[in-house]
Amino acid sequence: MGKLTRRTFLVSGAVLGGGALFGFIATPNRLALRAPATEQNAWMATWVSIAPDNTITVLVPHAEMGQGTHTALPMMLAEELEADWSKVQMQQAPAESIYAVGDMIKGFIASGLNVPSVFKRQEDFAFYKIASLMNMQITGGSASVRFTGQAGMRRAGAAAKEMLIRAAAENWQVDSEECEAKLSYVYHQASGQSASFGELAEQASKYEPSLQPVLKKKEDYSICGKPLPRFDTPAKVVGQQNYGIDVVLPGMKYAAIKHSPVFAGTAVSFDDSGIKKRKGFETVIKLSDSFVLIADNYWRAKTALAELAVEFSDGENADFSSDKLFSDFAQLLASDDTKIENDLQQGDVEATLTSADEIISAEYKVPFLAHATMEPMNCTAHYHDGQLEIWTGTQDLLAARAFAAEVADIDMENVTAHPVQLGGGFGRRIPSTGNYIEEAVRIAMQVSYPVKLIWTREEDMQHDYYRPAVESHFQASLGPQGQPQAWRNVYTDIGVSEDTSAAFVPYAISEQSIGRIEHETPVPVSYWRSVEYSSQGFFRESFIDELAHKAGVDPLNYRLSLLKQAPRYSAALVMAAKNIGWQRKLAPGHGLGIAIVESFGSIVAQAVEVSIVNEQLSVHRVSAVVDSGEVINPEIARSQVEGGVIYGLTAALFGKISLEKGRVIQNNFPDYQVLKLSGTPQIDVSFIESGEGIGGMGEVGVPPIAAAVCNAIYAANGRRIRQLPLIDQNLTILA
Amino acid sequence: MAFNLTINGEQKTVDVEPAMPLLWVLRDELGLTGTKFGCGIAACGACTVHVNGVATRTCVLPVSAVDGADITTIEGLGKNGLHPVQQAWIEHQVPQCGYCQSGMIMSVVSLLDRTENPSVEELKQTVSNVCRCGTYQRVRAAVDSLKEG
Repeated sequence: MGKLTRRTFLVSGAVLGGGALFGFIATPNRLALRAPATEQNAWMATWVSIAPDNTITVLVPHAEMGQGTHTALPMMLAEELEADWSKVQMQQAPAESIYAVGDMIKGFIASGLNVPSVFKRQEDFAFYKIASLMNMQITGGSASVRFTGQAGMRRAGAAAKEMLIRAAAENWQVDSEECEAKLSYVYHQASGQSASFGELAEQASKYEPSLQPVLKKKEDYSICGKPLPRFDTPAKVVGQQNYGIDVVLPGMKYAAIKHSPVFAGTAVSFDDSGIKKRKGFETVIKLSDSFVLIADNYWRAKTALAELAVEFSDGENADFSSDKLFSDFAQLLASDDTKIENDLQQGDVEATLTSADEIISAEYKVPFLAHATMEPMNCTAHYHDGQLEIWTGTQDLLAARAFAAEVADIDMENVTAHPVQLGGGFGRRIPSTGNYIEEAVRIAMQVSYPVKLIWTREEDMQHDYYRPAVESHFQASLGPQGQPQAWRNVYTDIGVSEDTSAAFVPYAISEQSIGRIEHETPVPVSYWRSVEYSSQGFFRESFIDELAHKAGVDPLNYRLSLLKQAPRYSAALVMAAKNIGWQRKLAPGHGLGIAIVESFGSIVAQAVEVSIVNEQLSVHRVSAVVDSGEVINPEIARSQVEGGVIYGLTAALFGKISLEKGRVIQNNFPDYQVLKLSGTPQIDVSFIESGEGIGGMGEVGVPPIAAAVCNAIYAANGRRIRQLPLIDQNLTILA
Repeated sequence: MAFNLTINGEQKTVDVEPAMPLLWVLRDELGLTGTKFGCGIAACGACTVHVNGVATRTCVLPVSAVDGADITTIEGLGKNGLHPVQQAWIEHQVPQCGYCQSGMIMSVVSLLDRTENPSVEELKQTVSNVCRCGTYQRVRAAVDSLKEG
């Protein structure tokens, strides 16, 4: 676990009406953060409150977008607190700096832990600089459990428990060592006395919390490691979960939007004379790159907007196409080496390749991808009495609030951001890509009523911030026993993060050269469930498979022979192979493939069975093995990995965003096809709890799947796929 | 124009354009937001409700086409205690983000109303709702647990 910096403290305070608050917070000024004892802000400065009736409420400073963090984080705190889980509740923390998670992450950066790039990026938005990590509550990088949970929730729970025990011991005038906390009570066995946490909380809150409380041993866990049901399931099966799109306010109007079809184009003029008399019509607003039509019902807004005469100026990107981009990529990668920025240089790769009998070369490509969250982008905003309120599903409520203040050009103190559930995130709903938030705020500043802006699916698909298209060129030479001697990978980089580790190789290869060539495009790009790991995982794990076949060695054994120094990798591969039945005799046309990728602190191996019969591809089965060090809630973890497999498999089979004349071609689910129940393979997920540092879960299921499938295709019919999606590779997909 | 609908057992009259899709009548006129907007072209199934007992996608279904119809939404399904499908969804921890699940559940309920023991093929063909979180395997397990025998 990383060391805490001097700027991080545990705080506590009494709550009016009894009970207490305990929290771990990161702040330059701890005295300012003593929870003021008023009903309104009793929640401030704390991650847990204990009420007199012994109800425990855990405040989670992260967004719930399906990944289960609103259940997993309270589990971590409740475990250390020795709370009675049946009386634990969850509440999402408000968008206040006091609940920012940035400084805790900074503490981890300082102690040398690998922090996901999504956090670093937040320091420097393209257009809206958010000055400080203090305004960050980001949910991303598969990091909530790893950082907030590990450093915050566990410590806050343990410290609060120590204070509760101390309160009981003082009341009973016994040694605190003789007291024990269990199921939200403190007991003193010798005297037979007991008191509930609720009774002790107010007194306990007066003590100085320990910064380094003693944490429980894993073997003593009674909550963590159990498949406890999620808090949010009951509401979600009866249609009562409140998503951003469901917000209803008195007097609210609805807005539909049409963006410039060409990126960075501008909105020029409109003529609403033909539609002004339509029922429910309110007004048209011209924004810099879009037109917004407001009506009293969303369908009326949407249909009227479709008939609004508008003029856009395409700007300079009207010639852009993805075909041209890939020809630029090829040219760049074929050009001289001076453009290459090295990520890793080890040994003399060029010399080894030059003197090799044979150089094995391969060119891999992946397209742009959209997120296509089920809930289209939306934001409701209301500006009244100098106050701005926003309701939107966001992966960072606090930064969204800061962003909205920046757009509205008002003080952040005058902005309220209300937490709502996200209908999918996958990296789309981080504030640095919050164009829908910006638009809603600009609209709200021009009208007197609350407005709910909803993008159509078409706008969502054509104005996303996409997973970058990438091309990667590999060269390798093999040694006398067929092992790779030199490994060269040069890839194109059109942005997103500075994280270069995705292209790194876990295999023991003495000579390595990995580098990238930067290139600019007008296409907005951003995070997408595992980002670079999804593309580089496909490239690397396919190319190593090529080398195995070239060497005439079983791809599993080939990997294992190169992973002798990486026992966690070997164990995951061996288990995945065993689970799929690597050695068994297969039906004609069937093939098995395997791949392994470490991302966000977890090592994931996946073995896949496919069949190709008459050029028809079916994916039958996926065996995934995850070494995340530790698993907090195995059911939630399992569902995350199942979901990651489906997300990555969808992309591998069908996913492609392409552009012509500066415009995105795909516009809805029929031409941006997604996997449905009919095409879902059997997925089994196993966990290895190696006890190493706790790894992420939300993204880690995605990266290996494309390579595992393509390696299985090669095993089935000897055809090597080097470009995705598979549907473009003269294959019919049975799905 | 006025249209009469029986929604979750209650008589409702809405005065809207005949072309307005039932989805937006439910969401924006009647405040029943459990039924979701996903694609607007009946491709994803997030807007599925029961029209006279049959799972129907409502984002392109004009209200004029369902005048006088009996409509059940996700809010009505669990009105008198959770429906067995909803219970199975909790037991199998199906939802992740949950956004598609109203439609998914309505689609499955309609299938099970028609046939108690749907075959794998029937399930595949009938429940074609999109879920981007990838809950399909759990949907399958939950449906399997509801089959007879």
